[in-house]
Amino acid sequence: MAIGLTHYLVVSAILFSLGVFAIVTRKNAILVLMGLELILNSANLNFIAFAKFGGLNIEGHIAVMFIIVLAAAEVAVALAIVLNIYQNYHHIDVDEINSLKE
Amino acid sequence: MTQETLLLLSAVNLLLPLLGFVAIIFNQKRLGRNAGYFGTSLLGVNLITSIIVAATKLTQFDQAGMLQMKFDWFSLGNHSVTIGLGLDNLAAVMLIVVNLISFLVHLFSLEYMRDDKRFPRFYAYLGIFTFSMIGIVIANNFLNMYIFWELVGLSSYLLIGFWYEKDSAANAGKKAFITNRIGDFGFFAGIMILFYTYGSFMFDDIFALIGDGHLPFDNGTMLTVAGILLFMGAIGKSAQFPLHVWLPDAMEGPTPVSALIHAATMVAAGVYLTARIFPMLTADALLFVAYIGAITAFIAATIAITQNDFKKVLAYSTVSQLGYMIMAIGVGSFTYGFFHLVAHAWFKACLFLGSGSVIHAMHHSMDKAHNHSMDPQDIRNMGGLRKRMPWTYYTFLFSTIAISGVPFTSGFLSKDGILAGTLAFGSLTGHWFITFAGYSAAAMTAFYMFRLLISAFHGRPKTEIAANTHENNKFITIPLVVLSVITFFGFYSLNPFDGGTGWFYNKLKAPATVVPAQYQWSFLVPYEKLNADLHSDNCMNCSPAEAKENPHSAGMENPHSEGMGEVHAEGMENPHAEGMGEVHAEGMENPHADIHAAEANHAHGVHAGSHHAMHRFEEATHEAHVPAMIISLIIAASGIFVAFTFYQFKVFNPDTIVGIIKPFYLLSYNKWYFDEIYDASIIWFTLAFSKLLAWFDLKIVDGTVNLVGWVVNGIGHIVGIFDNVVVDGLVNLSASTIGFFGIVLRKFQTGRVQAYLVMTIIGLMLLIYFVV
Repeated sequence: MAIGLTHYLVVSAILFSLGVFAIVTRKNAILVLMGLELILNSANLNFIAFAKFGGLNIEGHIAVMFIIVLAAAEVAVALAIVLNIYQNYHHIDVDEINSLKE
Repeated sequence: MTQETLLLLSAVNLLLPLLGFVAIIFNQKRLGRNAGYFGTSLLGVNLITSIIVAATKLTQFDQAGMLQMKFDWFSLGNHSVTIGLGLDNLAAVMLIVVNLISFLVHLFSLEYMRDDKRFPRFYAYLGIFTFSMIGIVIANNFLNMYIFWELVGLSSYLLIGFWYEKDSAANAGKKAFITNRIGDFGFFAGIMILFYTYGSFMFDDIFALIGDGHLPFDNGTMLTVAGILLFMGAIGKSAQFPLHVWLPDAMEGPTPVSALIHAATMVAAGVYLTARIFPMLTADALLFVAYIGAITAFIAATIAITQNDFKKVLAYSTVSQLGYMIMAIGVGSFTYGFFHLVAHAWFKACLFLGSGSVIHAMHHSMDKAHNHSMDPQDIRNMGGLRKRMPWTYYTFLFSTIAISGVPFTSGFLSKDGILAGTLAFGSLTGHWFITFAGYSAAAMTAFYMFRLLISAFHGRPKTEIAANTHENNKFITIPLVVLSVITFFGFYSLNPFDGGTGWFYNKLKAPATVVPAQYQWSFLVPYEKLNADLHSDNCMNCSPAEAKENPHSAGMENPHSEGMGEVHAEGMENPHAEGMGEVHAEGMENPHADIHAAEANHAHGVHAGSHHAMHRFEEATHEAHVPAMIISLIIAASGIFVAFTFYQFKVFNPDTIVGIIKPFYLLSYNKWYFDEIYDASIIWFTLAFSKLLAWFDLKIVDGTVNLVGWVVNGIGHIVGIFDNVVVDGLVNLSASTIGFFGIVLRKFQTGRVQAYLVMTIIGLMLLIYFVV
């Protein structure tokens, strides 16, 4: 059985779901960030799949490049935030961090 | 002296007393007793100028009618209100009366009021009274007259209540003022009817327009009504029935004031007013005037008989004599009515000043005896004053003789003329009550005046106080002597038995009536006018043939024509009265007729000046003269005789007589219960009405206000509830709704990033589900 677009999209959907699951359920901020990376990568996979089978061609590749760069930058910023949170709260449990409410 | 100078002098006459008033009232402390000398000398100057004015008017300008000065006072729309001064023979004589009596009263008060603490104020008030009285006299229009009319009312009020510490004096002042107000209301209404109709206040304008046939509301009855309303002023001011009750109470004022205001001058203003409006009074109005006068004369005379207060007797006598004058004018005896005013002014002022002299002497005697409980005015405490006070006694005696109508006095001349007038009136119209009232009042006057004289002056002193009185000084006796001297007949007529031949009668002939013939007694319409009316179409309801048969038929439209017809028939038997129209035309049958014709011609010749013309009444008065004189002499003599038998010789005891006629005695002694009747009727009604109004105010008006308040309050409550429940409810509802949503929505605001994310994803999934 040849591997087609559907397989890619299913893998990508699984990845996305895992990412969302990680973000929603994990209490550790680092793990949440990792879930985020999973979602971004599921998106990358979609772009690549559409570049190969869907006629998105080179634009798909370029978008992936951008997303990778963006993700790197995002992780850098997010880790900085997590470090700051840790300095203030002495933990990185996102359930306990609800000062947005105030 | 020109007319202008004459009017200027009378204006000076008017203003000098005002000057005296202003000068004294603002300098009371500084002037002190000098206020009296100042006021008296001002009045002395005034008296001299008034004599000059009157003498000039009565000699140089006696045919000139009314000399006038008119000024525009102010304009109202198209009407300009004109005021002015007028001087005719009537005013000229009246000017002397006012000034002479005022001067003598000023002089008298120098002694009488000597110890009064408000001495200067008394002179100030006398000044403003004299000013206002002269203002009435020389007014040539109703407006001026009304203004000064109210001013004399004010000065009367001030002077009655001069000793206002006494409650009775203060109340008497109020009573006089309020009673006068009733009359003045009518006077004002009458003036307004005339002003509305004729647009003028001037006597001459109004009379001329009435003479041309203009009537108020084109209605003869309205002319009668206007006349009666104007006369109401006189009813109030001259204390006529039914408003006479104030005058006896007014005797609470100082006695010189009683002499000046409430006997001689102010109360005569009503008679003066009636004389002024005489030409415009219709037959009905004249009849009303005559009846009011007759009733007043009769009632007041009956009351005077039983009074024991010296001044009360004189007061009722004044009311009675004023009724006489009014009655005289009402029956058409204009000249004699006015003559009686003048004559009465002298002797009544003398009587009052005499009573003042007696009271003053009694007071002094009481002070010496340290007796302050006795009534110095009660004649039962006097007696025997003749020897103690000869000057007062003799002057009082002369005046009493004059007022009783004994020959050789002015009172005889005027009273005789009036009685002849009432006799003629009775025979011409059939109203014999007036004649009866005139004669019975004359008899009673003679009786009660001599009763007063005998009780006070004759016999033995009834008290120690009376026995120790002394004659007063010259300030008091000089006025008495002057006033009693001018009651002598020679000042008015050289014939002591006929006032009609004297200068007074000739200078003050009755002005011709201006009322259209169908509204006037035919006997008061001048012959020339009557004849003219007969030949024209003025006699609407009768054919010319009838008119010739009965020369008096112009009176047929008159409501009284029935009585007149009969009387006329009776009159035909009288040789003098036979067919006056024919006599006048032929002028030969009757010995009087040529004289009358000559007089009529004479009157016609000077018609423009004197406004006098012969009419039937004058002849009837002439005819009635001798019988009237005889009856009045008998009546006066019997009145005096009865008084002497009762009180001097004590042939009968008055008390037994009183026992026999107890009800009449009580009726008279209690003044016919007028005060009680008024208390029980008008005053009770007024009080009840005001109580009703107070109740109405308290219950209905206040009730309504309270009800409105209550309703508004209720509405307020409802609005409050609506506001609280509905409006606030809505506001609260929206607030709580928002609050509720807030409570709900804040549940989503957990602050947890993951929860947000879940919601985002759910939202996204819902979007995709519904949109895609």
